[in-house]
Amino acid sequence: MSHITHHVSDDVLLAYVSGHLPQPYAVVVASHLSLCDDCRARSEAHAHAGGVVMDTGAVSDVSGILKSRLFDELDAVLEEEPEYETKGPYPAPVMATLGGSELRWTHMGLGTKQAILQHDKAGSVRLLYIPGGMAVPDHGHNGLELTLVLQGAFRDETGRYGVGDLETADGSLEHTPIAEPGEACICLAATDAKLRFLSLVPRLLQPIFRI
Amino acid sequence: MLTQDHHMFASVLEPTASFEAGAFVVPIEKTGPSRTQRRATSPRSTAKGPTDVTSSSTDTPSDQTQWMLKVRDQRDKAAFSALFDHFAPRLKGMVMRSGASSAQAEDVVQEVMLKVWRKAHLFDPERAQVSAWIYQIARNQQTDHFRKNARPVPEALKTPELPEPDVSHVIALEQEVQHLKRAMAALSPDQRQMVEQAYMGELSHSEISEATGLPLGTIKSRIRLALEKLRHDMKGARS
Repeated sequence: MSHITHHVSDDVLLAYVSGHLPQPYAVVVASHLSLCDDCRARSEAHAHAGGVVMDTGAVSDVSGILKSRLFDELDAVLEEEPEYETKGPYPAPVMATLGGSELRWTHMGLGTKQAILQHDKAGSVRLLYIPGGMAVPDHGHNGLELTLVLQGAFRDETGRYGVGDLETADGSLEHTPIAEPGEACICLAATDAKLRFLSLVPRLLQPIFRI
Repeated sequence: MLTQDHHMFASVLEPTASFEAGAFVVPIEKTGPSRTQRRATSPRSTAKGPTDVTSSSTDTPSDQTQWMLKVRDQRDKAAFSALFDHFAPRLKGMVMRSGASSAQAEDVVQEVMLKVWRKAHLFDPERAQVSAWIYQIARNQQTDHFRKNARPVPEALKTPELPEPDVSHVIALEQEVQHLKRAMAALSPDQRQMVEQAYMGELSHSEISEATGLPLGTIKSRIRLALEKLRHDMKGARS
């Protein structure tokens, strides 16, 4: 995966490592890190900085019973936690978010589909399926948008994005991603606010598609 | 294994932020420590481990690493107890800094240390120092605990087995972290606060901006300044 050219930005990465990044984005970043060893290394470097800050930061005495409570649990027999692995184009964090459910695709017209993985007030994270040569409906958006390519490739005003590439767009970018001809493009996209579609019909469909 | 070797900080040097620098200096508390909250002293100042581990020399891994390996390889409870004594007060301090009560923080500490015990087989001293490894578990656990939402983590790397670590790599990584510590200690109180906020704080960047009335750009640049200083110090230390 050394051909990845669009990486996670440092502020987003730091927010992820420190636990500050809202859940929908964290799914995308964790998926990117699953594909990109460079960014995984960068995230581990941030974890080392975090470890130093913790190690040299404030300490607070723990109560005496905490340790015995903990040691009582060490030998408890546990049910196995499910471990999720990459399946086809879908990295482990996507599979974990699905939690064993099947993907439920919704058709959006012209062969384009989406599957919402998670949607709540923190934002939403979804898979987009765009046939080769097709455009994702023209849209702007209000907040941060992270888009990770899982299969195929797309281009927009800011460049070309292939498998593993992560596009970071803020509210100011109005972009029109177009899937490259050939294999369908599958993306994992997180947004924190409703996408604002620029053409009339998709806007009417927004509540239906929960975009 | 990973693409990075023991010089994992090199990859982070590229973009805007990065962390590195100097040797190990313990931050000095100017005012007397309060009864329950105080600054951590040297991580090496904790009591000796269950065995006669003395690792102030530069050719053996730190006490923490050795304890963690005993936990991983031998399920050694005495070593785990030593890890607990070192990390539990630091973890509690961190969680309380994020806005939790003392009781909530102890629940999180318990969860984190249980994970340390149960996930010990994933610990790889060539890739992570114990403090970094536990920090990452703790931040994930903290968000799990308070948001009731399993934190997405990257797919585990397929490492065939992890028996004998290459000691020279482990020590090289530890030295990098000592450099990082010195850089942290050299920060101005302002900068230190920004870094602590970024790594341990409760607030997101946009929330910081609401809290202080500073525009986001200013906050970001302040964090970046702190990171730049770290990087500069590292370069100085290396040349």
